[in-house]
Amino acid sequence: MATSAETTSSESSAASAPAASAPAATRPTSDRLSVPKTYKLFIGGAFPRSESGRVTEVTDARGAFVANVAKASRKDARDAVRAARKAQPGWAGATAYNRGQVLYRIAEVLEGRSAQFVDELQRVEGLSAAQARRQVEDAIDLWVWHAGWTDKIAQIGGSANPVAGPYFNLSVPEPTGVVAIVAPQQQGLLGLTSVVAPALVTGNAVVVVPSAAAPLPAISLGEVLATSDLPGGVVNVLTGDPAELAPWLASHADVNALDLSGAGALDWVELEQLAADTLKRVIRPVPGIAPETPQRILALTETKTVWHTKSRL
Amino acid sequence: MTTPSQALAPAERAVQLLGADLSEVALRRHLEGLPGVDAVGLEARAASLGTRSIKTTSKQAALDLVIRMIDLTTLQGADTRGKVRSLVAKALVPDASDPSTPRPAAVCVYGDMVQNAVDALGSAWSAGKDDGINVAAVATAFPAGRASLAVKLQDTRDAVAAGADEIDMVIDRGAFLEGRYGKVFDEIVQTKEACRRDDGTYAHLKVILETGELVTYDNVRRASWLSILAGGDFIKTSTGKVQPAATLPVTLLMLQVVRDWERLTGERVGVKPAGGISTAKDAIKYLVTVAETCGEAWLDPHLFRFGASSLLNDVLLQRQKLTTGRYSGPDYVTID
Repeated sequence: MATSAETTSSESSAASAPAASAPAATRPTSDRLSVPKTYKLFIGGAFPRSESGRVTEVTDARGAFVANVAKASRKDARDAVRAARKAQPGWAGATAYNRGQVLYRIAEVLEGRSAQFVDELQRVEGLSAAQARRQVEDAIDLWVWHAGWTDKIAQIGGSANPVAGPYFNLSVPEPTGVVAIVAPQQQGLLGLTSVVAPALVTGNAVVVVPSAAAPLPAISLGEVLATSDLPGGVVNVLTGDPAELAPWLASHADVNALDLSGAGALDWVELEQLAADTLKRVIRPVPGIAPETPQRILALTETKTVWHTKSRL
Repeated sequence: MTTPSQALAPAERAVQLLGADLSEVALRRHLEGLPGVDAVGLEARAASLGTRSIKTTSKQAALDLVIRMIDLTTLQGADTRGKVRSLVAKALVPDASDPSTPRPAAVCVYGDMVQNAVDALGSAWSAGKDDGINVAAVATAFPAGRASLAVKLQDTRDAVAAGADEIDMVIDRGAFLEGRYGKVFDEIVQTKEACRRDDGTYAHLKVILETGELVTYDNVRRASWLSILAGGDFIKTSTGKVQPAATLPVTLLMLQVVRDWERLTGERVGVKPAGGISTAKDAIKYLVTVAETCGEAWLDPHLFRFGASSLLNDVLLQRQKLTTGRYSGPDYVTID
C-alpha cells in the first residue's frame, strides 16, 4: 500500500511540476508583493502586540531595515508575570518524564525549522551561513541536553539525609516558581536557550527579555514553543529594552527568581537590590554564555525536606 | 387570569404612580408600555464607558471607593462557621500591611450564618446604624427562589431576627417570564414587610433580578421597574450562581432605571452588580458608568455596591502597587 501511494504521489508531482513552474518562470518576480512578518510579543501562549503600541526597528548587520519588533512596556511585563504564574503549577505538576518529552519536542520542532533560524541569524547577527548553522545546531543540542535532565536532576540535587532517629529524611529540589530572565545579548538563539532551558527543566515558568539588538530569533523561538506542546504561559518573551523592563521584573513581588545572565551592561547591582526586597534568588551576570551544568538547573530550585517515620518491623 | 383585576398588596410607590386601585392589569400596562431597549446602543455605550483611563490620584480614590462599596460575600453550600469568621476578619482588616485601607460596606452570607457574622463582627457591626459593617443575608430560597411564599417569608424573618441589616431576595423568575407580574410584585411587597424589625424599622431590601435568566434587556428594564414599584431599596443583577452574571450593559440599563425613578419621584434607589466582577479594572469601569449615568452623588455605598469575593484581593494588589511603586503578588493578600 505504502509503495503504491508513494509511486502515485511521485508520479503526480512529477506530472504537475512543469505545469506549476511554467507560470512562475514567465512571471517577473517583482510582481508579487512581499509579506513582511510582524514580530510581536509571546505572552500566555498568544502573540499580542505591546499594550503600549510601541515598536523598535531591527536592522541587519549593515544597518538596513529588517523588521519592526514590538517594544514591551511594564504592563506587558505585568501581564507576562501573571500568565507565567497561572501556567506554572500545571507545568511543575506534569511528570518529569513528560517535561522531558516536551523539551525534546522543542528540539525536534527547532530542527525542522532550522532553515528559518539560520536565515534570521545571518541577517540580524551578520553571521556566515556556517556560523549561523552551528549556533542553531548548538541550541538544538542544548534543548536535548536539558530534556534529558528532567527526570534525573532530583537524583543529583536531592538526597537521603542521615538523621539521629528512626526517620527517613529526604530532600528534593522543587521549582522556585516564576523566573524573570535577562538573556545574553550575544548569540540570540543559543543565549536564549542557555537561560530558558535550565529554568524549564524542574518546572519553573519563565518571563524572558531577549537580546535587544537581535530579538528576531527569540520571537521565532516563541513560535516553536507555541507548537511544541509547551503549555501556554510557561515561557513568555518580551522583546524590548532590558534597561526599561528589568527593574519592573526585579521588583515584582510575584517573581521568585531573577536571572541576570545577560544584564552585564545594565546597573545590575541596583536590580539585585530591588530583588532583595522580596527575597528573590538572583543569578549574577556572566560574560558570554554560561556552560550548561546541572548546578545551573539547581540554581532555580528550592529544597523541600520531608521527614517520615521508619516502621519497626 | 380568571381574576385579572384582583387587587395587589398595597405598595406606596406603585399606588402613587399607578393609582389607588392597583391591579395586575394596571401593572402590566405600565411595564409593557415601557419603551424597548436599544440593545446595540446600550452595549456600545457600555463599551465606550469602559475605555476611560483612570490614573494616579483618581485611581487611588477609585480603589478606596470600590473597597467601601464591596459586599464581601461567601455563598457556598460548604460554608462553615470558620469560613464566615475568616470572611469577617478579612472585612475588619482587609490589608494588614496598610492600616489606612478602608473597610467594605457589608459581609453577605446565607441566613443561617447571620448570627455567626454578627458575633464575629462584635463592636464593628453597624447594627442598623450608619457606621460600621453591615451584615447582609440572602433569603427567599436563594438562589432559585423555588419555594412557597410562606417559606420565603419565614426565611426572611429568620435572617432579620438574627440581626441581618440587609436582605438580598430573589424574584420568582418563572412567574416573571410567564407574565405574572402581579405574583412577583406581591412577593416583593410581602418580603419587604417581613424585613420589618420589632422596633418598626426595616432591614434594607435588595431585589435580585437574576438578569442572566431574564433573557432580554426589555425584561431587565421591566423587572427593574417592577422591583422599584414594589418597594425595593436596591436592585441587584444576579445571584452569582447563573452565567452570565453582572455585565456592564445590564448594570448601565438598571442605572438608567434608577436615574429615571429619581427624576420622576426624587427618590434614590441603589444598584448592586454581583458575580463575575473580579478585577479592580472592571470595578472602575462600573464606577465610571455610575458617575456618567446617575451622577457623582451615586458614588456612595448607600447607592451602589459590588457583590464580590475575589474582587477585594485584586483591589488590594492594585492599591499596594500604587503605594509601593512596584507590582505586588497574591502572596501578599489573604487566600480566600
